[in-house]
Amino acid sequence: MNCIEIKNITKNFGKTCAVDNVNIKFDENKIYGLLGRNGAGKSTLLNIITNRIFADSGEVLVDGAIARENDEALQKIYLMSEKTYYPETMKVKDVFKWTKTFYPNFDVEYAQKLAEKFELNTNKAIKSLSTGFSSIFKLIVALSVNTPYVFLDEPVLGLDANNRDLFYRLLIEKYSENPSCFVISTHLIEEVSNVIEDVVIIKNGRIIKNESCESLLSKGYTVSGNAALVDSFIAGKNILGTDSLGGLKSAYIIGTMQSDMPQGLEISKLDLQKLFIQLTNS
Amino acid sequence: MLIDFSSEKAIFIQIAEGIEDGIISGSFKEESQIPSITEISVQYKINPATALKGINILVDNGIVYKKRGLGMFVAEGAVDKLCLTRKNQFYESFVIKLIEEAKKLKLSEEEIKSMIERGFDK
Repeated sequence: MNCIEIKNITKNFGKTCAVDNVNIKFDENKIYGLLGRNGAGKSTLLNIITNRIFADSGEVLVDGAIARENDEALQKIYLMSEKTYYPETMKVKDVFKWTKTFYPNFDVEYAQKLAEKFELNTNKAIKSLSTGFSSIFKLIVALSVNTPYVFLDEPVLGLDANNRDLFYRLLIEKYSENPSCFVISTHLIEEVSNVIEDVVIIKNGRIIKNESCESLLSKGYTVSGNAALVDSFIAGKNILGTDSLGGLKSAYIIGTMQSDMPQGLEISKLDLQKLFIQLTNS
Repeated sequence: MLIDFSSEKAIFIQIAEGIEDGIISGSFKEESQIPSITEISVQYKINPATALKGINILVDNGIVYKKRGLGMFVAEGAVDKLCLTRKNQFYESFVIKLIEEAKKLKLSEEEIKSMIERGFDK
């Protein structure tokens, strides 16, 4: 199967180890969530994969070929990130045109259509776009580029709720009709938790979780109710963490639910955001 | 149809049950088309694999079938089939729960019976 394979990648900045011997695979035609706290190493990892910076050691393989300084391999990857490498005075519509010369499958017509949907004026220069519209502009390029692997680093930064909603719908529509690999790195976990199929959690430069969202979330559950009841129920169980509010308590438990739950306790499923917070609190 | 994302019930099962409800209530008639995987996943902002898993339950149970190149259609006899299954589940999913709650509230059998009668009279 085609994939991007990251093998033993390590990257230090001075004395700080940003990425620490990471091994991971991104399969074609799948949506991944790459989650980590600020400074966890997400962007560094994405920049290494796309050849924007070099790792100290290790290698990245794209469909089996080493990606470093390999144009053919790198043409299969697109990274949407905070930084853009277009001349700042260039107009949006010209960027669309130029992108096609680097990525031949870029769909200019589709990009124009999306610009209309987001009400982005394509006659504007990139530097004159607000934070939100700058994100929208980059998103449109990423959704129109049609490379087998698309990495989205904080795709919804500065977008209002309406535009975030529109983006997720467009992403799903695009993926459903024309699948490719999308890796979404975001802090808005709740919003993507049902969109992503696999989740990769990175902490202090290391991968601490890498599995399907469904299987990760099925490994545990949440109980809430009267604090004393919750405390007696969770004694001896594998607890990820707890939240208290006066006499009420919620506990996040790893393990399978027993069939005879004590009365008065409410059971719900683990949610990705809570799980993430518990796993990455140091 | 509504999806409760915080429910302990898996989303793909909620999708399957939501379509089933639509078939029983007549929103999706027999031999008519149901929404596509793309439509369902875009509507609820879920991964298409999740929507597919839900629809596949219906395919496996013979409730819907695929017409090549056209989409998914409600099978003939689907309503009767679903009603029968739901009737069989009625005792487990409603009656048992009703009695549990009633016992908690110290409601007598007579009181519940009269409530049910009241409900039917309405």
